[in-house]
Amino acid sequence: MSYVHYSALSLIRHGLSGQRYWPRLWRDAQPKASYDVLIVGGGGHGLATAYYLAAEHGLRNIAVIEKGWLGGGNVARNTAIVRSNYLLPESSSLYDRALRLWESMAHDLNYNVMFSQRGVVTLAHTEHDLLKVRQRVEANRANGVESEFLDLPALKRFVPILNTDRNVRFPILGASLQRTAGIARHDAVTWGYARALQRLGVDIIQNCEVNGFDVERGRIKGVRTTRGAILAQKVCLSVSGHSSILAAMAGFRLPITTRVLQAFVSEPVKPLLDTVVMSSTLHIYVSQSDKGEMVFGLAPDRYPGYGPTGSFHILEQSMRNVCAYFPMLRRLRMMRQWSGIIDASADGSPILGKTPVDGLYINTGWGSGGFKATPAAGWVMAHTIARDEPHALNAPFSLDRFRTGHLMDELGAGAVAH
Amino acid sequence: MLLIPCVHCGERDEVEFRYGGEVEPAGNVPSEGATSGSLLKANTAGVVEERWFHLHGCQEWITLRRNTLTDLFGPSGGRDPQS
Repeated sequence: MSYVHYSALSLIRHGLSGQRYWPRLWRDAQPKASYDVLIVGGGGHGLATAYYLAAEHGLRNIAVIEKGWLGGGNVARNTAIVRSNYLLPESSSLYDRALRLWESMAHDLNYNVMFSQRGVVTLAHTEHDLLKVRQRVEANRANGVESEFLDLPALKRFVPILNTDRNVRFPILGASLQRTAGIARHDAVTWGYARALQRLGVDIIQNCEVNGFDVERGRIKGVRTTRGAILAQKVCLSVSGHSSILAAMAGFRLPITTRVLQAFVSEPVKPLLDTVVMSSTLHIYVSQSDKGEMVFGLAPDRYPGYGPTGSFHILEQSMRNVCAYFPMLRRLRMMRQWSGIIDASADGSPILGKTPVDGLYINTGWGSGGFKATPAAGWVMAHTIARDEPHALNAPFSLDRFRTGHLMDELGAGAVAH
Repeated sequence: MLLIPCVHCGERDEVEFRYGGEVEPAGNVPSEGATSGSLLKANTAGVVEERWFHLHGCQEWITLRRNTLTDLFGPSGGRDPQS
């Protein structure tokens, strides 16, 4: 199977044969007996980790194993928002690295991930919100992250469809805006990475679920899967929603609670919202996809679980808020609703680094906000795996912090509390 | 979406309840330092015993079995349908 670099020239060349002979983006590989590095989880983070291991650290004998199909997990179940306006310096450094990598991703992967820097607006509904939003803007600026405060008239100009009247339960008082934030096409991210991995000779193995680990004298030797045992010198867990289950197989516990998070989209309509609006008071985030569908992200369920559906009252309450704050959307019909399961850490920050098992690394705890960090998470995990020590960017996010007490209490973690 | 079978009030909507955590035998909880002991969760995928507080009902703490994979309650670990 050949690799074709996408360019105007290749488009013309394939146009001469009626666009019929483009090669497949990636190949469904069979598991080999052993690998240098095995990534468990074929989501955005797992693929990005494999990509940077191959592209920047020169490793080639790598496989990504996925229990379902590529792009069937949370990488395809999120609301695709990318921003870096976090509160703590350590967090904003990590997410801002991600934002820089997002900006060059389409070029790096030679694949259009439709990254659109349309700005993210965070609403303030109370005096306390206003204080928090202003504090966040100042903290962001101090940390070198672009951010600004919008008063009500400026907000109304920026998002005309927003109801800024006082006829709602929590009238809007102001907002913060990160203009460089935005959304990306999440499926394209998956396909773009998969295509790059194909070029770099990394195996992508689907329908391969891990059901145990081989550990000898505290060191990882391989994994047992539904497609047989695979030997590996190093293994990285990148399995949002299933981290505790896999950690238990490997013999340790995580400070993780798994919750169901849901989202829904409307029928497609003409362009009416050219930015992203989020509110932690209302527990919603709203954007419009390139297809025209309105995309709504909701709050996670209030109890832990791996359940198949989210709570109805959360959907109902969010709908009520959408109608109140975006009155022109009242008569939109909702096309589909879905849920995914998220792994939220005890301090609201991710866990990126080593585990009690030598050679076993973990990337988890992103709560509702892992998608935005995809390239940076992959980048720091690749560094951590290749050198067996964390990069300065992810050193503060070790699993060990829950033992030493150096928690990363990130109050700006989610659009919604988790 | 949960219909929680309160032992005093019968089946009620989850919005009436507050979640109180997974019940574990004392020996199961790791004790390698004050921080980790309280934060390291079992986070079980499957049948668990949990505490719920019926805030907008009888205001009693109750202990129930739930299957966290199916959200079904019941003594048999959620094999009884909830409705």
